[in-house]
Amino acid sequence: MYPTSFDYFAPSTIEESLDLLTRYGDDAKLLAGGQSLIPTMKLRLAQPRYLIDLGQVRDLPGGIRRDGDHLVIGPLTLHADVAVSEIVRQTLPGLAEAAAVIGDVQVRNRGTIGGSAAHADPGADFPVILTALNASFLVASRGGIRTISVDQFFVDFFTTALAHDEVLTEIHVPLPPDGASTAYAKLGNPASGYVVVSAGVLVARGASGECVSARVAVGGVQATPFRAVAVEESLRGQPLTPEIIAAAAARATEGADTYADLYASEDYKRQVAAVYVRRALEAAVGVNGERP
Amino acid sequence: MESTALSLGKSVPIQVTVNGGRHEASVEARLLLVQFLRENLSLTGTHVGCDTSQCGACTVHLNGRAVKSCTVFAVQANGAEITTIEGLAQGRALHPMQQAFHEKHGLQCGFCTPGMIMTATYLLQTNPSPTDKEIRHALEGNLCRCTGYVNIVEAIRWAAARGQGDHVPH
Repeated sequence: MYPTSFDYFAPSTIEESLDLLTRYGDDAKLLAGGQSLIPTMKLRLAQPRYLIDLGQVRDLPGGIRRDGDHLVIGPLTLHADVAVSEIVRQTLPGLAEAAAVIGDVQVRNRGTIGGSAAHADPGADFPVILTALNASFLVASRGGIRTISVDQFFVDFFTTALAHDEVLTEIHVPLPPDGASTAYAKLGNPASGYVVVSAGVLVARGASGECVSARVAVGGVQATPFRAVAVEESLRGQPLTPEIIAAAAARATEGADTYADLYASEDYKRQVAAVYVRRALEAAVGVNGERP
Repeated sequence: MESTALSLGKSVPIQVTVNGGRHEASVEARLLLVQFLRENLSLTGTHVGCDTSQCGACTVHLNGRAVKSCTVFAVQANGAEITTIEGLAQGRALHPMQQAFHEKHGLQCGFCTPGMIMTATYLLQTNPSPTDKEIRHALEGNLCRCTGYVNIVEAIRWAAARGQGDHVPH
C-alpha cells in the first residue's frame, strides 16, 4: 500500500520547520516517528500534500532531563526510551508504565511521545497519563513560544490546541511532591493494543498517609482524556483505605461525555473505568501490592 | 538533507548501510523501507504480511532497534544502518537464533519467521535471559498463524540458554 504522493522536506532546524509550516499551512503534516501517521497515509485517510520530517531537526532532540521542579521531555523521545528512563521510573513510574504498554516493541522503538500527544488519538496512552500528571506543552511558532496546559491541549478526537503553524518543542511534567505517587492501569484491545479504558493517577499524601490531593485521568471513555474530578474530590482529605478508594473509583466517569465504539458500549466502559481507576489508585498507594 | 522542495514523484537521494554494505539510491519519498529493501536491493527475506503495522513480518533492525519496515519511509532511513534477516547467517552457518528455530521447529509455513527472528535477536540484546512471559510480551508485535507460538517461545528460550542469540554481525 502506498500513500498518495507528497513533497518531502527534512528541515534541520525548528525555524526551518516553522517556515515550511507557515508556507504550506493546513496542507502540510509534521512527521515524527510516523507510527500513527504512516498507517493513516497508507490507508489514504490522510493525504498531506507536504510532509515535513522532524527526524533531522538538530534543535529538537529526544531525551529527558530534570530542570528544577519538573522533567523536560523532548517531543521526539521514543516510547521505548521513556519506558526505561531511570529518572522517569524513579520520579514518575506511572509515565514509564504507560510508555511500556503502548503498541508493541517495534512501535515503541519508533513512536514518539510528542507525536502521540499531537496526534491525540482517543485510544492512546500518553495523553491519559500526561493529563493525570498535569503536564504542559511548550509550543513554537513564528510569533514566539507559548505554553499550553494539558487540560487545554486535548480538544477533541484527533484534535489538539496546536495551530497549523506551530511545532511542539518540549513537554514539561511537574515532579510530584514528596510522598506523592503515580500509576497507570490499562485495559488494551487484545488485537490492536489501543486503549479500551485506561486510568492514570497522581496521589499526594500527607504525614499520616491521608490523601492531600489527587489527579485522576480516564482514557477511552470520551473524545479527550477525562479528568475524573468526582474521584479526586472523594479522595481529598481521606485516609486511603481500600474501601474509600473503591468508593471514589466508582465515580470514575461521573460527568464524562462517554462514547461507544466498535469494541465497547458506553455502559461497559463506565463499569470497566471504575475498575481500572481503582487498580491504578491501589497501585499508586500500595494497596494490594502489585503494580498493574 | 537540505530542506529543498522536491516536486511530486521526484526522487530523493538516500544513503543507507544494509547488512554492512553501503547503498546509494534515489527513491520516491512515499517509498516504504520494506519496499526499498525488497524491490531496490532484492532482499526479499523481509516479508510484507499485513502491511498495516500489525503482523511484524517486515521487522528489521534500524540503527540497532527492531522496527516495522512497512511503517518507515525509506527517506527516513537516510544515513541509517539496517540489518535484515539476510544479514544474520555467516555464509552457510546459520545464526544461533536461526539454528534455534530449526532445532525447536519454531515455524510451520515460515512466512512470519524472518520477522520473528529479528524481534527475537533484538529481545536478547535488551534482555539476555528472558522469562517465558517476557518472551511472549516481546512477541506482541509479531503474528504467527500456524504455530500457536509454543515452539517459537521454546526456540528463543533455547537460543537464550546457549548464548549468542543476540549477536548481530552487522
